[in-house]
Amino acid sequence: MTDQAYNFAYLDEQTKRMIRRAILKGIAVPGYQVPFASREMPMPYGWGTGGVQVTAACLVPGDRLKVIDQGADDTTNAVSIRRFFQRTAGVGVTEATAEATVIQTRHRIPETPLAEGQILVYQVPIPEPLRFLEPRETETRKMHELEEYGLMHVKLYEDIARHGQIATSYAYPVKVEGRYVMDPSPIPRFDNPKLSGNPAIQLFGAGREQRIYALPPWTEAVSLDFEDHPFHATKAPHDCDLCGAKHSYLDEVITDDTGGRMFVCSDTDFCAGRRAKGHVGRLGEAA
Amino acid sequence: MIRIENLSKNFTLHNQGGAVIPVMGGATLTLGPGECVGLTGQSGAGKSTLMRMVYGNYLTAGGSLRVGDLDIATAEPRQIIALRRETLGYVSQFLRVVPRVPTLDVVAEPLLALGTPAGEARDRAATLLKRLNIPERLWTLSPTTFSGGEQQRVNIARGFAHAYPALLLDEPTASLDAANREVVLALIEEAKARGAAILGIFHDEAARSRVCDRLVDVTGFTPKAAA
Amino acid sequence: MTLQDPFEFPQRTRAPDQPLLTVENLTKRYGPRIGCADVSFELYPGEVLGIVGESGSGKSTLLSCLAGHHCPDLGRISYDGRDVLAMSETDRRRLSRTDWAYVHQNPRDGLRMGVSAGGNVGERLMAVGARHYGQIRGRAVDWLGRVEIAADRIDDRPSAFSGGMQQRLQIARNLVTSPRLVFMDEPTGGLDVSVQARLLDLLRGLVRDLGLSVVIVTHDLAVVRLLAHRLMVMKGGRVVEQGLTDQVLDDPQHAYTQLLVSSVLQV
Repeated sequence: MTDQAYNFAYLDEQTKRMIRRAILKGIAVPGYQVPFASREMPMPYGWGTGGVQVTAACLVPGDRLKVIDQGADDTTNAVSIRRFFQRTAGVGVTEATAEATVIQTRHRIPETPLAEGQILVYQVPIPEPLRFLEPRETETRKMHELEEYGLMHVKLYEDIARHGQIATSYAYPVKVEGRYVMDPSPIPRFDNPKLSGNPAIQLFGAGREQRIYALPPWTEAVSLDFEDHPFHATKAPHDCDLCGAKHSYLDEVITDDTGGRMFVCSDTDFCAGRRAKGHVGRLGEAA
Repeated sequence: MIRIENLSKNFTLHNQGGAVIPVMGGATLTLGPGECVGLTGQSGAGKSTLMRMVYGNYLTAGGSLRVGDLDIATAEPRQIIALRRETLGYVSQFLRVVPRVPTLDVVAEPLLALGTPAGEARDRAATLLKRLNIPERLWTLSPTTFSGGEQQRVNIARGFAHAYPALLLDEPTASLDAANREVVLALIEEAKARGAAILGIFHDEAARSRVCDRLVDVTGFTPKAAA
Repeated sequence: MTLQDPFEFPQRTRAPDQPLLTVENLTKRYGPRIGCADVSFELYPGEVLGIVGESGSGKSTLLSCLAGHHCPDLGRISYDGRDVLAMSETDRRRLSRTDWAYVHQNPRDGLRMGVSAGGNVGERLMAVGARHYGQIRGRAVDWLGRVEIAADRIDDRPSAFSGGMQQRLQIARNLVTSPRLVFMDEPTGGLDVSVQARLLDLLRGLVRDLGLSVVIVTHDLAVVRLLAHRLMVMKGGRVVEQGLTDQVLDDPQHAYTQLLVSSVLQV
């Protein structure tokens, strides 16, 4: 079997049309979860099947695709998906955020600000922000319909009562344009402010749960909080040990068995770009 | 204040072959403000039945029964509830309260129901309890554990907490010692003095002759034996 | 949607001459079987209406229809001048989490067992827009106190509470938004007698102080005698008798009520 046995970007045209319709509906109703007929993809659920289908429906031959997993371009998941579209769509690929037209991401928003015309596709495991408090799908749909979101704040209340502060550190819920409460996928809450007013199109695909939702460019997404416990974007209180960046999201890396560790930018492209420009961190080597 | 005309009452016992037992007929009685009328008659003659009908506790079968401006025989339940809250007090022989509620609150409750501030209501309750010689150490306990005489006095305190324009008293001085009996009679006289109309059952003849302006023998209201 | 300050509930316009709830010819069938039929009554502000009857008499069906959990087949329900059955679901649900409350027999049905006591009480406040943690917590402490739960239990989950405490917590959770109409389904069922007494006293005080209107379903005649102003007796889905509570209990007119009253064990 050759690669030419597949349609462009793997999915058949009818399926892509179906997904595009769901995407357009999602863009028209920001934050609303649109059901779609998720297809079997040649990878297991949990590996980004939702994101891959959304990406497949968006790609055109001239696109340049970037795929990141936890901010990194070089992890298994990112590499597999990037290769998948190279083979099935023949599109160009890049690791540079600024050069990409479509970026598929798992658990991060790139540090480099996005621009108009770019599409950011999120892989979503559980699209329903109310799920852990209300297990009935019929009830959560009704709650979205009737804007009954008190329960979301009950979760935050419990956080503060238990931990003295809002301890939810990822998949932090946002309210979109004052209407729908949305799960931003498991991005760190550090990334939440970037959701709002972003010039790029942000699309969210959940393959197993068969939902697509979207934030059109320049959409307001407000992180839920209390007046006396306002939302704070948080990160490890360190600078990047490789590039010295003060304001990027950091991964903690254990370096030996004796307590040695380092903090590095989770966004590999951002970190490499800074080092190329001569920035050096505590443990970095001059380029 | 209380006007009873040609009042009758039957009990229908559906579970005993539908037997209809007439217990009262042609009862007629008028009671003005500041007046105290004692009901007399043999035990079982219908004194308590008449009182219960005035209070709305028993339905009437015929005739009319007015307390103030309200015709009890045809009134809506909520009108009777309002009447009982504001106008018509009833001191029965039995104390019926929620268990474990302190005596002071039991006595203050009629005032609280009228919207009297809690402090004021409790002060009034305390005054009455003191006057009726209920030891202060008992005020925080529930009256359900009290002796019969103490319960009776709590019941009286509760009945006199609010200055009802009309009062029904069922044996208010029974099982009381001389000192407390004197207090109760004084309370009745004070109520009369402020214009309350009082309908009472007193087996105690001395008490009866002291507070009652008239006596009505309910034996006259006994229905003729069913023909 | 206009959000009023959730801590400032509108001053009650007291109109005791107007019924708060009017029910006309309410009928609910389960196939050929009657759940309840031709039930009509009016409930005025501050009134407590007891509904008694044996199991299967239709009292729970009636309560579910009133509270909007079931849709009746026939009849009208009007609340504060509004036709409840013609209301949009949004409005009805908003009503049932602000102006109405529902106390379940089993507190597990009315509480979120995985959420702390404070969260349980605060949920309705947050649902109507409260967004100040300190104030929500303050109100929760206040309400826990009113139902006699110590403030230091605020962060405990209801699963750590006794049955009586759970029931009191359920009441606090329901009353925190100052509802005007409360539905109660056997609220004292399944509780120890001593715990029952305390709960009854609590309910009486709340009814009196807050001017609540209550529809309470129970099979316990002692409970309605102490709590209800008026009583409705149901049998086979129909109301056989209604009136003042003490009048119905002391001078019952219908054969079934006479049987019911005479069947109570004397203590």
